[in-house]
Amino acid sequence: MKETIGTTGLNLQEPLLWEREKRGRRGFSMPRRDVEPAPLAADLIGDVPELPDLSEVDLVRHYTRLSQWNFGVDAGMYPLGSCTMKYNPKLNDRLAGLPGFAGAHPLLPAALAQGALQLMFELERLLAEITGMDAVTLQPAAGAQGELTGMLLMHAYHASRGSPRSKIIVPDTAHGTNPASAALCGYRPVPVKSNDRGVLAAEAVAGVMDEETAGIMVTNPNTLGLFEENIQEIARIVHGKGGLVYGDGANMNAVMGIVDMGGMGVDVLHLNLHKTFSTPHGGGGPGSGPVCVKAPLAPFLPVPRVIEEGGRFVPSEDFPHTIGKVHAFHGNFGVLARAYAYIRSMGPDNLEKASRLAVLNANYIKERLKGVLHLPYDRPCMHECVFSDRFQRERKVTTLDMAKRLMDYGFHPPTVYFPLVVNGAIMIEPTETESKDDIDLLIDAFQAIAREAEEEPDLLWNAPGRCKVRRMDETGAARHPRLCG
Amino acid sequence: MRYLPHTSDEIASMLEAVGAGDLDDLYRTVPEGCRRARGLELPEALTEWELTGLAASLAGRMAAGPDARVFLGAGSYEHYIPAAVSSLLSRSEFVTPYTPYQPEMSQGTLQAVYEYQTLTARLLGMEVANASLYDGASALAEALLMAVRIKKRRKVAVSRAVHPLYRRVVRTYLAPAGIEWVELPCLEDGRTDLAMLHEVEGLAAVAVQSPNFFGCIEDLEAAGKEAHGQGALFISSFTEALAYGLLKAPGRLGADIVCGEGQSLGVWQSFGGPGLGMFATKMAYVRSIPGRLVGQGLDAEGRRGFVLTLATREQHIRREKATSNICTNQSLCALAAVMYMAALGGAGMRELAGLNRDKAEYLKGELRKAGFRIPFARPTFNEFVVECPPGFEKRYERLLEQKVVAGLPLAPYYPELENHYLLCVTETKTREDLDELVREMQG
Repeated sequence: MKETIGTTGLNLQEPLLWEREKRGRRGFSMPRRDVEPAPLAADLIGDVPELPDLSEVDLVRHYTRLSQWNFGVDAGMYPLGSCTMKYNPKLNDRLAGLPGFAGAHPLLPAALAQGALQLMFELERLLAEITGMDAVTLQPAAGAQGELTGMLLMHAYHASRGSPRSKIIVPDTAHGTNPASAALCGYRPVPVKSNDRGVLAAEAVAGVMDEETAGIMVTNPNTLGLFEENIQEIARIVHGKGGLVYGDGANMNAVMGIVDMGGMGVDVLHLNLHKTFSTPHGGGGPGSGPVCVKAPLAPFLPVPRVIEEGGRFVPSEDFPHTIGKVHAFHGNFGVLARAYAYIRSMGPDNLEKASRLAVLNANYIKERLKGVLHLPYDRPCMHECVFSDRFQRERKVTTLDMAKRLMDYGFHPPTVYFPLVVNGAIMIEPTETESKDDIDLLIDAFQAIAREAEEEPDLLWNAPGRCKVRRMDETGAARHPRLCG
Repeated sequence: MRYLPHTSDEIASMLEAVGAGDLDDLYRTVPEGCRRARGLELPEALTEWELTGLAASLAGRMAAGPDARVFLGAGSYEHYIPAAVSSLLSRSEFVTPYTPYQPEMSQGTLQAVYEYQTLTARLLGMEVANASLYDGASALAEALLMAVRIKKRRKVAVSRAVHPLYRRVVRTYLAPAGIEWVELPCLEDGRTDLAMLHEVEGLAAVAVQSPNFFGCIEDLEAAGKEAHGQGALFISSFTEALAYGLLKAPGRLGADIVCGEGQSLGVWQSFGGPGLGMFATKMAYVRSIPGRLVGQGLDAEGRRGFVLTLATREQHIRREKATSNICTNQSLCALAAVMYMAALGGAGMRELAGLNRDKAEYLKGELRKAGFRIPFARPTFNEFVVECPPGFEKRYERLLEQKVVAGLPLAPYYPELENHYLLCVTETKTREDLDELVREMQG
């Protein structure tokens, strides 16, 4: 086997927090007491919380060791499809952490919060320009909350026209959050199948669209990494029946500067700042899911909205048709600040180039791997490509086995078993921040794994062998849930 | 651009490998009508150093940091964050992974979240906590939706002393689903008036916040009994998690779901987000919980490890029948909270919570001495309402010019509370700060 970046480092054992505590230790510098105690009625006072006692050294060792069992973008390639695991610039973290931002109270009077309000005002306009939409809310705290917000906007729009609707069209390639978000608004998802080219046919949509249907949720590029080439016709059909087109912008990284989301018929679009706009995923959040809309939906956006009045920025509640609020304050400002820094660092030309290189990287992987892994839709792809385990299945090697083996080669696995329309799907999204060298290493690894599947399938069944733990028994853990120590 | 690694030679050789003439050729499947008519009209790229200057000038126009004295709470609290917590939290191994779908490569995040769930459950006196939700407001909305699912009833009661912005979020979540809403008024002493509960039927949940928006400690035990008497679940919400270093845990007082904002536990205020939606309940309801859960399990060799679990509740499997549409948590904020709680330890958390309460009581006493009225008699933690004389507004505005924020005016949220301000005091304020504030408020 050719030498890979995967290797076995020194993993240190570390127990659970409370297994290493010693009563009487403390890891906190208690602020000076300069007032008298003011006792509280005894019936209101609880027991001392059962928190473990550790020194600062204990705490630092504990979490440093834990961190070393993780793999992040900073460690290596993380080609998780639909998740856009691009490099997270360090500068953005530093700027978001400036004391004026990190220490700011959300209910500061506007005059004392001009910097943050201006940043939000400008970011809204930057995102509107990138997407080709008219107005933006930054309030949703994640992509799924952005979707819910989008559904609430559609719901409010239809209600305002006196035609509340009960259904929504959701393609079979959609993210699971799509139907779940729609259901929260009382919409019944109506599934529609993609065609043998992996995209939606206009006729299929025409067959289910009616005046009881609020609209359609489309991810474009879709989760097969293909551009929904019939989108304009689909939008015409949906609009013709008074419906709206919801765009899931999870895959916006493919088309910055290329595609006009508003122009192609999308009325509401959510973005994931933690995908396209480089903010760190944090091991599962915090993210941010701004929603961009066309002008007719702008009156319904959540409040407060930042407006400009004679050079001053003011959070305004004065939007009587608003759906209300989805976050207690302004959304995840710390994430917004990072995305703002990213867009200002990149500028128009580099954003456009980023999309092109993301698409180049994905097509390169698709071409180089298509004999090694089965490629169900052999067409030019956008920023990701989807393979399956069909070639390996006869050796009783599955997508999961290959994914786990990839860890031994020093890569995070791709997204697996999604989209559902491909049996045993392996969904690879390299992003533009991966160099050709690193991509070639990933391709080498997949080629080696495919050979192992033929010659030594045990290696795959027993993978991973170089992580902190061997393969976890997820079924067993779900059968006997232990959620608390 | 330093984030884009491709050399022109590499681009050329990759284009050749994919059979494309140039980068534009990659987009040949995109119909003409979907394309932008013009390029992006955005400001030109800034260097690292230019952008640092721009950000510093924006951040400089905020009342935060040493030259500002802000006495605001109301859901976002100024607490010291130990350097050790910030340093650990900035480790890129925690910052740059995705949701831990591949447990073998994510044991650090998974064990830390399991520890977070455990300490959260202990702090709130509950049996199980999830991996966190977006913020305190959406946590309350999710709690009410969960109660609606469990009880199969479509009406909820929420106290008017719950944070007004949380109530706004809750309404936004519940209204399109057609869930009916009853608001419980407040008593003279600042607590929720539960009497109205006898007049409504078919409630799925009763939600109360403690300490409530006015800072008052609610009688949770009584509220729980009333809720259970109506066959409803009792939801206890909070905005200041540190209070449970001192107060009885809601789980010990009959709460079925405890949810709220955990920003106080080591998370920067950051203009209101990201925060930390803490969410805990009883094991009996575990399959109805929204959001991620981390569980302990075994690997192929029988060693302890951690995984995301009970995923059959979730959107990627159940789709429209899922317990929630949420598919992430606020993982990094949950890590901040567990690190912060571990740094304090039990006795430390008790001491720090006590200090918060004592400093707030000191200010309350000094204001009373100075002739200000404290309208609510109910005991408070680190926030309280003060009634100021008519015309105080002008003095308040003048103080703003000196970057002193003398509390939150309540009239925009409660029209009947004109000239009432919600003040917050944490461990970051010294006695001198408090004495100075009293002098400034007297004018």
